[in-house]
Amino acid sequence: MRRIISVLMENESGTLSRVVGLFSQRGYNIDSLTVAPTEDPSLSRMTLVTHGDERVIEQITKQLNKLIDVVKLVDLTEGTHIERELMLVKVRATGAQREELKRTSDIFRGQIVDVIANAYTIQLVGTSEKLDAFLSSIENATSILEVARSGVSGIARGEKVLSV
Amino acid sequence: MSNSIPEPEMLSGGEMLIRSLKEENVEYIYGYPGGAVLHIYDALHQQQHVKHILVRHEQAATHMADAYARASGKAGVVLLTSGPGATNGITGIATAYMDSIPMVVITGQVMSWLIGDDAFQETDMMGISRPVVKHSMTIRHQSQIAETIKKAFHIAQTGRPGPVLVDIPKDITAPNDKFPFEYPEKIKMRSYNPVQRGHSGQIKKAINELFKAKRPIIYAGGGVVLGRASEELTELSRMLNYPVTNTLMGLGAFPGSDSQFVGMLGMHGSYEANMAMHNADCILAIGARFDDRVTNAVSKFCPNAKIIQIDIDPSSISKNVSVDIPIVGPAKSVLKEMIEMARNAPQKNDTDALSDWWKQVENWRSRRAGIYRSDDSEMMKPQWVIEKMWEATHGDAFVCSDVGQHQMFAAQYYKFNKPNRWINSGGLGTMGFGLPAAMGVKLNYPDDDVVCVTGEGSIQMNIQELSTCSQYNLPVKVLTLNNGYLGMVKQWQDLNYESRYSNTYLDSLPDFVKLAEAYGHVGMRIEKPSDLEGALREAFAMKDRLVFMDILVDQKEHVYPMQVPNGAMCDMLLSKTERT
Repeated sequence: MRRIISVLMENESGTLSRVVGLFSQRGYNIDSLTVAPTEDPSLSRMTLVTHGDERVIEQITKQLNKLIDVVKLVDLTEGTHIERELMLVKVRATGAQREELKRTSDIFRGQIVDVIANAYTIQLVGTSEKLDAFLSSIENATSILEVARSGVSGIARGEKVLSV
Repeated sequence: MSNSIPEPEMLSGGEMLIRSLKEENVEYIYGYPGGAVLHIYDALHQQQHVKHILVRHEQAATHMADAYARASGKAGVVLLTSGPGATNGITGIATAYMDSIPMVVITGQVMSWLIGDDAFQETDMMGISRPVVKHSMTIRHQSQIAETIKKAFHIAQTGRPGPVLVDIPKDITAPNDKFPFEYPEKIKMRSYNPVQRGHSGQIKKAINELFKAKRPIIYAGGGVVLGRASEELTELSRMLNYPVTNTLMGLGAFPGSDSQFVGMLGMHGSYEANMAMHNADCILAIGARFDDRVTNAVSKFCPNAKIIQIDIDPSSISKNVSVDIPIVGPAKSVLKEMIEMARNAPQKNDTDALSDWWKQVENWRSRRAGIYRSDDSEMMKPQWVIEKMWEATHGDAFVCSDVGQHQMFAAQYYKFNKPNRWINSGGLGTMGFGLPAAMGVKLNYPDDDVVCVTGEGSIQMNIQELSTCSQYNLPVKVLTLNNGYLGMVKQWQDLNYESRYSNTYLDSLPDFVKLAEAYGHVGMRIEKPSDLEGALREAFAMKDRLVFMDILVDQKEHVYPMQVPNGAMCDMLLSKTERT
């Protein structure tokens, strides 16, 4: 099953390599990973998407917690949550394609953020699933030149917060 | 004016490091100098509190510190230079990590401004050590030294212990750059708060389950030794009157000559311990991690048992085997609470069931299955040598083992009645561990008998340390079970490769007697069984001499029992011709 784990950790050099090393050392999967400082510059927040059976996920959270630099973590997929990923996609856009791509991008509530004579760069925010859906809906209409995705970031719904 | 706060002392980084060690009451550190740590060595030279042991190879420094920690429970300290000095220490750090041994390793680093330039003797020690340390820290300024060292000891010695590495660039230790020094009394870390006690509700559940059991067994591991919980384990076990088995790392946690003790369990565990585990309906695991050398095939592991697991590390729980009642906490406090609850519980043992169970266990024990048999050959049985060594040391020595058949024979045939006396590399299985380990123990316990049980293969992996033994007068006894082969590998070749001895015969062995003498020690070669007891007596009587005993043993001997690959706990080879 797919899991989104958010981790608050000390913003120190080497912390990220400990997390990434843990995953490769123990054979866990990382589907995506994002990391940036929080409002408190001494803390970083990392969100990682992984998959595995229940036992593997339990081990992943325990092993992450065991890292000295990890302050707190939460498995967002255990409760209701919001997840978002940002995608920038550069596509060929000439002739009739231009109108078609603009329409599809509007349907997905995307924005065209760069325009040249024969290409668009479209920015799209949403769940990973939505970004996938957008890509498959345009792949027959045009050629996709480049895709840059941020990886998933997420937060719990309601009162629940992940903080120190 | 008399109320004015005293000015803090001004010290260089190198002085701060050594002073911090003094504040931690460190008596000995083990290491090897080199460019990046010269300032630290100079600071070391100008004080008397912290003494340094100069080894002949950095790996030995880590094993000495590690063995000191295993014997004393306190973190051992290592000082290594950057680059090759530090990388030579990696095997020792990994050895400590696998067995959860507290250790603080200080490694020098090239000047701050050279880091990343592939400077002379530069290696990314933080990166190289990452998978084999509990934690690691880099010092970037003198003002961080005291706090970092305090943290290093705190992290190494609390929770599930482990090695902590501190990397320090040379410029931070420079003698002329002085900064105020104050050693913190306490340390608080928001991201590290090991559990202090177990959950009482879970402990209560465990007690209920234990009293319901008809075929219970207590399975205790290295966590009991590390957690100084042997007394509590013994008290609870006696109170419940259940059979007790120890893991390789747990030997001595429960007295080895006690009638409740059924021996070690696992791959080379006793017949009765493995049978009792397999047939148990309730297993109380304490500080034991269900290692693959214990469980055999996990899918066939103890099919009818409810499992209670006490461990200080949540990630050890249900890692390999699903557990019914997990208790996260230190062995000592959890066992104390268990004893209290068991004493006041309304229910008691099922004595009828228990008496049947003991009958069954005694029945298994009386088969003496897998125990060595002497034959009329003139060759000495290695197991018998261990038994004789047990007699010669009154079962009270520190036994520091290398890795291989001799290690298993020592584990099986030396009955450890006290914890912290059996010093071996269980998790990593590091050949070359034994001699430096014995040295680390002897240095700190000069009045005790300290034996290095080894083979002619393992001893040669760190034999250069015989020189360190001369320099610091470390009169350990080296008991080499010499069969001319890498015995454990040969055993596997006998069993699985139709006795094709690929690279396991050690041709051209040195004359160990002359070698020992060359280093200034006493050498003995013992070839006949009739000479053994006299030689042992003589060797142990020489309290102030290192005696190297080269003992020629039966080349054909195998370690039994031996669990059958992919079988259950109870599937064992008992000799070359019998199996369960």
